[in-house]
Amino acid sequence: MSHFLAMGGYAEYIWPAYGVSLLGVAAALYLTLRAYRRAKRSLAKLDSART
Amino acid sequence: MSAFAALLTRDVRLAFRAGGSAMLALGFFAVVATLIPFGIGADPILLARVAAGVLWIGAVLAGLLALDRLFQADYEDGSLDLLALSPLSLEGVVAAKIASHWLTTGLPLTVLSPLLGILLALPRPAYVPLFVSLLIGTPALSAIGAIGAALTLSIRRGGLILPLLVLPLFAPEVIFGAGSVMSAIDGLTNGAIWLLAAISLAAVLLSPFVAAAAVRLNLSE
Amino acid sequence: MFQFANPKRFMDASGAMLPWLSAATAVLLMAGLYLSFTAPPDYQQGDTVRIMFIHVPAAWVAMMAYVFMAAASAVGMINRHPLADIAAKQAAPLGALFTALALITGSLWGRPMWGTYWVWDGRLTSFLVLLFLYLGYIALWNAIDNEARAARVAAILALVGVVNLPIIEFSVDWWTTLHQGESIFRKGGPTISTVFLWPLFIMALGYTALFFTLLIIRVRTEIIERRVRAAILNGSGG
Repeated sequence: MSHFLAMGGYAEYIWPAYGVSLLGVAAALYLTLRAYRRAKRSLAKLDSART
Repeated sequence: MSAFAALLTRDVRLAFRAGGSAMLALGFFAVVATLIPFGIGADPILLARVAAGVLWIGAVLAGLLALDRLFQADYEDGSLDLLALSPLSLEGVVAAKIASHWLTTGLPLTVLSPLLGILLALPRPAYVPLFVSLLIGTPALSAIGAIGAALTLSIRRGGLILPLLVLPLFAPEVIFGAGSVMSAIDGLTNGAIWLLAAISLAAVLLSPFVAAAAVRLNLSE
Repeated sequence: MFQFANPKRFMDASGAMLPWLSAATAVLLMAGLYLSFTAPPDYQQGDTVRIMFIHVPAAWVAMMAYVFMAAASAVGMINRHPLADIAAKQAAPLGALFTALALITGSLWGRPMWGTYWVWDGRLTSFLVLLFLYLGYIALWNAIDNEARAARVAAILALVGVVNLPIIEFSVDWWTTLHQGESIFRKGGPTISTVFLWPLFIMALGYTALFFTLLIIRVRTEIIERRVRAAILNGSGG
């Protein structure tokens, strides 16, 4: 396990690279889905107010 | 007097008034050049190496200052709508404004640059190449800058976006312009000045059409 | 007011496609990550080759997103179809994200490989400029209130940028070869051994699928938001 984490001595480059990528993708997913859900909620509220 | 010449004269006169863009750009250029030694030290060997690049960048930034009022002043008081209706085509109006911008910023900066070169320890072989590169390159800066100004003319504080849009477009001119001077210092002959001339020619010929399209978009409601 | 007919066909089609696309994205990314970490270390690069598996796909998507954005802008200008404009608008933040990821991972890859976090060669410099192009494009959309006008103005910017990027790459390459010799900052050498092609390929597919999944969700979001806004302006009457 520690051999895996050490990444042949390059751990200080590899893990931050993967970490930043994961963070970026996760943030994009979170923001995108949050806006989507909010929009759907507004639409639902509007539809129910009309009916 | 043709409509083009009339517009050109009027804009040049406005720019040279007190508070106009011409003196502002010139003053800014001089201040930037003067500040550089304060920032990087007055070692003449170091200054000699960066002088060409610094003067080129100073010219870009000074031209940028005058750019965001290029269309906005006329847009705000409605003159731009009138100009769009005039017998002069919108492309012609844009071309006149590009020309007036160059005559009131690019050209004076070019003329001033050898003087500032003295302050920055510009090497002797570089003076003429610097002058020529700025003479050829600054029209492109005015032309390409006009595209950015046209795109942002309806934005109230568009002056903040304008540099962000336009600086990437300036990169090739700066590279070839400053590069041609540095090559001259090193005694190399390469095509830099010709590449600069090619870009400049293309920019001056094409940008009135692109900028006019952007102006048209912003004028229509 | 911006008239926007309900694009039922797009909403139906994208709604049906989305679960499959999301599932495919998840599968591809997980498989890609597994392959990236089980690939053997490279003879020359050692374990740092694993950064290539997240750097190169990010770079590809960053470039593809820009081409997509420019093409959608052109379609929006010619056909005047609002959907194309929305697609272009929503592609930009995603493109900016992947460009930033490409730059950061590239920098972290460059340090152990070639000893420096950054070098001003044609490829890297154009990527930095690409990031600025995306940011400027997004700023332009945000700054112009009239949506239809914002779409047209931003489209012009996107198309001007597409012309400018190759010019920048050419001019920077010209200048650096003059002063520094041939750039050595390449993406893994002239040949990549096949054992690395699979992780690279799967991750590239995964990132692409991720881009389109997020893009479709964002476009759907905007369409819904516009409908809500239009309904409010109409007094919730229709």
